Amino acid sequence: MKALVWHGKQDIRCDTVSDPEIEDSRDAIIRVTSCAICGSDLHLFHNFIPAMLPGDIMGHESMGEVVEVGSAAKGKLKVGDRIVVPFTIFCGECEQCKRQNFSVCERSNRKKELAEKVFGHATAGLFGYTHLTGGYPGGQAEYLRVPFADTTHIKVPDSLTDEQVLFLSDILPTGWQAAAQCDIEPTDTVAIWGCGPVGQMAIRSAILLGAKQVVAIDCIPERLAMAEAGGAITINFKEDSVIGRLDDITSGKGPEKCIDAVGMESHVSISQPDTLLDRAKQMMMLENDRPHVLREMIYVCRPAGILSIPGVYSGLIDKVPMGMAMNKGLSFRMGQTHVNRWTDELLRLIEEGKIDPSFVITHTVGLEEGPEMYKVFRDKQDNCVKVVLKP
Amino acid sequence: MNMLARAADITRSPGDPKVLSKGASSSLGASDRLARNLGWFSIGLGVVELVGARRLASLLGMRGAEGLIRAYGAREIAAGMMSLSANPNPGIKSRIVGDAIDIVTLLAALRHGNPRRGNVEVALLAVAGITVLDLICQKGLTSRHARAPGPYRDYRDRSGFPQGVNAARGAARKERQAPEDKAGF
Repeated sequence: MKALVWHGKQDIRCDTVSDPEIEDSRDAIIRVTSCAICGSDLHLFHNFIPAMLPGDIMGHESMGEVVEVGSAAKGKLKVGDRIVVPFTIFCGECEQCKRQNFSVCERSNRKKELAEKVFGHATAGLFGYTHLTGGYPGGQAEYLRVPFADTTHIKVPDSLTDEQVLFLSDILPTGWQAAAQCDIEPTDTVAIWGCGPVGQMAIRSAILLGAKQVVAIDCIPERLAMAEAGGAITINFKEDSVIGRLDDITSGKGPEKCIDAVGMESHVSISQPDTLLDRAKQMMMLENDRPHVLREMIYVCRPAGILSIPGVYSGLIDKVPMGMAMNKGLSFRMGQTHVNRWTDELLRLIEEGKIDPSFVITHTVGLEEGPEMYKVFRDKQDNCVKVVLKP
Repeated sequence: MNMLARAADITRSPGDPKVLSKGASSSLGASDRLARNLGWFSIGLGVVELVGARRLASLLGMRGAEGLIRAYGAREIAAGMMSLSANPNPGIKSRIVGDAIDIVTLLAALRHGNPRRGNVEVALLAVAGITVLDLICQKGLTSRHARAPGPYRDYRDRSGFPQGVNAARGAARKERQAPEDKAGF
């Protein structure tokens, strides 16, 4: 089969690989009908996330048709079922899964010993990600083996298109969790840094959850236009002072809730000197991530506010003003998304026509064009916001 | 097939797909590869300048300029590391500035009294050649990775709310049920 394979830093190719095989009775194999390139794939692309190996298949946003089912999964899945695959693999039986903390499932990470050495405790297995999360082959491929398939799936009705449901795999529940963990009140101003795909979903989620005002911060005009379409007040940080505008919008009090949908690769510019220092440190391997957004959120957030962090961080960060955060009584809420905690509710919202996540798709291409689209998406060329691949 | 990919296969389980043949086209373009090679070259040259400053000064008839050569070595290493980063363009640009400084320095060493004038001429030729490569690389990186200047596509019709933004405001709030376990929330 064809698959997008990581061969090293910034080197993705469309390779011919062997077909996946059922390994466990809870496995299933799907024929992928649609998959997408995610912003966190770019962190792997840049080799900022450790423990990728040449030959790893990329992709954690996939859906398709079940073509083979292991014996233990047959009660829940059958050949021909149409499913979206959540990026977090979970057993559904461990203590964390019973609490719906699926992204920290205690059993699905098959390289648990490695993860425990790095993180202290292992987290869930993820598709198409680092070997710290199991090194499972990803879904930017023609076929995908789904481990723990009896639980790790979202069945979707034929009445909805792939484009409407594909993002239940990651970015929609990720944006939703980011907003949900803000405990949004009708009087709240929610400020969201980053208008990429997750930021766009977080904006829609904050609107659906009833925020009084949603403010979106970015510097890419077409992404800001998309944010505005979703009901956000926008700030272009290259043209305006983020702090000044947020003060104006909130009568000097600051937003109650802040969402970091940027993560480890914040924009670098002379007007934000800390980003230059972070970039230099990152290049000298003295710091893993560029946490400009975290610093800014801590500074602007209203005391006793909540910082929600769906953006991915990989390791060590410097000069984060913890004293400021402590004295302001801020709460930090973060983590990989517990996808299936939210997907019943989100699927219902899609079916009721309250949200249609397909708005974010700007490019649809075949798998062979995937390597080029990594570059286009990375460089934000051709007004690219979200790429869907059709294997 | 890539040897590294083959070696990495020992970490995979029997049912995992393995690379059979490598795709021809890569997300890594020719200019990206050139930048990477120039980056490694820069680091190598920087180390030589740092470690062998006295020998270089002697070869170029620039005795007394050892400190300057070591400073140039540090500059080369910094530019090399920048050229190996995810965005190599600033690194290559800094290499071009460095090339210009090197050329000015070598031109100054071409004075009549320098017994190593021939060596300086060879070094000048080498720097000129590398400068051409740096310029080609910088041009290639810019044309491959730059965002075209506007006009930008107008996505203001992409609300994502089939019933409109006003109908969407708070639409999910009333119906929401908190998850049973709110640990950490």
